[in-house]
Amino acid sequence: MKTFRRRQVLRTTALAAIMLAAGIANPASAQDRKSVKIGYAISKTGPNAGGAGITTLPNYQLWIKDVNDAGGLELPDGSKLPIEVVEYDDRSSSEEVVRAVERLATQDEVDFMLVPWGTGFNLAVAPLFDRYGYPQLAVSAVTDKAPQFVQRWKKSFWMLGGGHDYAKALAAILAEAGKTGAINNRVAMVSVADGFGIDLVTAARPAFEETGIEVVYDKTYPVGTSDFSPMINEAKASGADTFVAFSYPPDTFALTQQAQVASFNPKVLYLGVGTGFPAYGKNNGENATGIMSLGGIDPNNQANTDYRKRHEAVTGTAPDYWGSVITYASLQMLQEAIKRKGLDREAVSAELASGTFQTVVGETRFEDNQLRTLWWTGQWQNGTFVGVAPGDRAGVSKVVLPRPEWKQN
Amino acid sequence: MNRDIVFATAGFVAVVAALASVPVFAGPYGVTLMIGLLGYVTLASAWSLFSGPTRYVSLATVAFFGLGAYTVAVFGESLSYPLLLVVAGLIGLGLAVVVGLATLRLAGVYFVIFTFGLAELVRQLVTWYEVNMTGTLGRYIFLPVTPEGIYWQLLALAALTFVIAWAIGRSRIGLALKVIGDDEVVASHCGIDIARVKLALFAVSSVIITLVGAIQAPRWTYVEPSIAFNPTISFLTLIMALLGGANRLYGPMLGAVPLFLLFEWLSANFPNHYSIILGLLFIAIVFVLPRGVLAFVEEHWTRLRGNDTRAGKGAAE
Repeated sequence: MKTFRRRQVLRTTALAAIMLAAGIANPASAQDRKSVKIGYAISKTGPNAGGAGITTLPNYQLWIKDVNDAGGLELPDGSKLPIEVVEYDDRSSSEEVVRAVERLATQDEVDFMLVPWGTGFNLAVAPLFDRYGYPQLAVSAVTDKAPQFVQRWKKSFWMLGGGHDYAKALAAILAEAGKTGAINNRVAMVSVADGFGIDLVTAARPAFEETGIEVVYDKTYPVGTSDFSPMINEAKASGADTFVAFSYPPDTFALTQQAQVASFNPKVLYLGVGTGFPAYGKNNGENATGIMSLGGIDPNNQANTDYRKRHEAVTGTAPDYWGSVITYASLQMLQEAIKRKGLDREAVSAELASGTFQTVVGETRFEDNQLRTLWWTGQWQNGTFVGVAPGDRAGVSKVVLPRPEWKQN
Repeated sequence: MNRDIVFATAGFVAVVAALASVPVFAGPYGVTLMIGLLGYVTLASAWSLFSGPTRYVSLATVAFFGLGAYTVAVFGESLSYPLLLVVAGLIGLGLAVVVGLATLRLAGVYFVIFTFGLAELVRQLVTWYEVNMTGTLGRYIFLPVTPEGIYWQLLALAALTFVIAWAIGRSRIGLALKVIGDDEVVASHCGIDIARVKLALFAVSSVIITLVGAIQAPRWTYVEPSIAFNPTISFLTLIMALLGGANRLYGPMLGAVPLFLLFEWLSANFPNHYSIILGLLFIAIVFVLPRGVLAFVEEHWTRLRGNDTRAGKGAAE
């Protein structure tokens, strides 16, 4: 009885394996072209859904709507094809994002792929984009290793700089302010013990040392910390005029609140991811004034202002002040490259690498496959998060230090 | 009896050979799918090696899985590939022995909680080390391993796990395990060295799980603790093994294959309703198949053949 059953199971298993293999081997049929297929896998659920839902997904939706409302993607011969979207949820899992991208490339045979959210996920899919010959416009990936990645994956483009860029810009601002006597040269610094915080703090330590800034307090806290009062009190007691936190959104919001409760008024307050969220400006109102972070915009750039209005009208929320506009610009670059070169991915990649594009952030082009014209530091001024570094870029706002003390309300 | 073994062996070899040839005619997506499938089949089988007979529900799968992935990330540059797998296996073994010695005296819900905590502990230790010692959290894995290579390695590991499970089922240690699972007091009175048997099984199971992590890691290119120690892996493994029936040789496989294909189908066709459908499905599994598919099938099989009086009770389940 028992062996009979076992044999049956074995036979069924073998049969299932063969059927499965046959199903997989079935080649996809040729498609007639009535649309351009664009596919992406994004974290719609899981721990990454928050970031993806603010910076990436709304911009994909906005861009697809913009393009399709205008009749579709324009090709070199002037004809227009509407975008057909293939969307997957990677559920914030590496294995899943790899499989979804493989599915997009080989099963759905999409014409172009958009990138997932996050440094880790962009790296996880980079070998696949490369193998199947898709250009990869990686936006929400902050990495200092971009030059090496470009060597490895020729069609990859890195659009948000690296930790060193942001840390150096901050150090330069602090050193400048220190020289004028507006602030002392002491810094208290906390960082979240996760990818972003560690990258930034590791870059910041030598950058501060080079510019003669003394780090008097340097603490790392685990992800999910909600009580920052001990850190705030110690920073307060350290006598530093500058408080820097390389924090994640929940920490950024909590730090702002708890600093007000503790009447902690550093002359320079620099916080991490989340400072550029529209909700941050709304929640803190006037108290946001003078707070600095990564990113920013040029308030006088009309294209960007229009983009922000359209984003709010279409998706219901305003875009953040860091990655959002770059995400949209990356899509415009892709759109323009397709208009110039058609659907040939090789030619489009070459055009992306060498061409100059007009986007919502102004004239944009890649240097060695990296976007280098970025706002490394921004500051809340008059209800807008404006770019204050690099100082030599057109449209830069002047940094205002020290920041005003908290208004109790 | 002997003929049956020969028969089963031949069938097993044929199936493995057939699976090994899959990359030749299946496209890259097929290989990707099979990698995920084999990964979970191996994880579920290895999990059942220990947890099936002893009934110790372990949620530490991802602790070992992530450890394997991290070993590859840390030593990827400095060691040759086969050596890398050996080192990963040894580290998994080391952790399994330490943890096993300390905790296998725990039973029931305490063990479940401990193993869940273990995964988090390992993750926090790795994070602490990276933050304070190396100053980087993400690590890159650039190994010249092709998806086909990963697939064949996983297939070999899956086959090995299967053989080990089969061998244990027929050996004295397998019998000892069954006694332990039924009643530990009786087992110790029979002269079974409970601690040693459990430890041995836990170690074997953990090493296999570590190797699955090590083999799959090169597919991610980039590893950080939140990626390597994703607790979902522990839960999926558990559910797959339980669905099939953790006490039987084919059980974990029969749970892992349909569930994995279902996940894949759901995420391809219902990306926005995936979580809802999945949740409903799990509830259904617990209510309809509380003891696994195989047990369910067997029960109904016997009922169909003889006039089983328990038919009414079965329908009520």
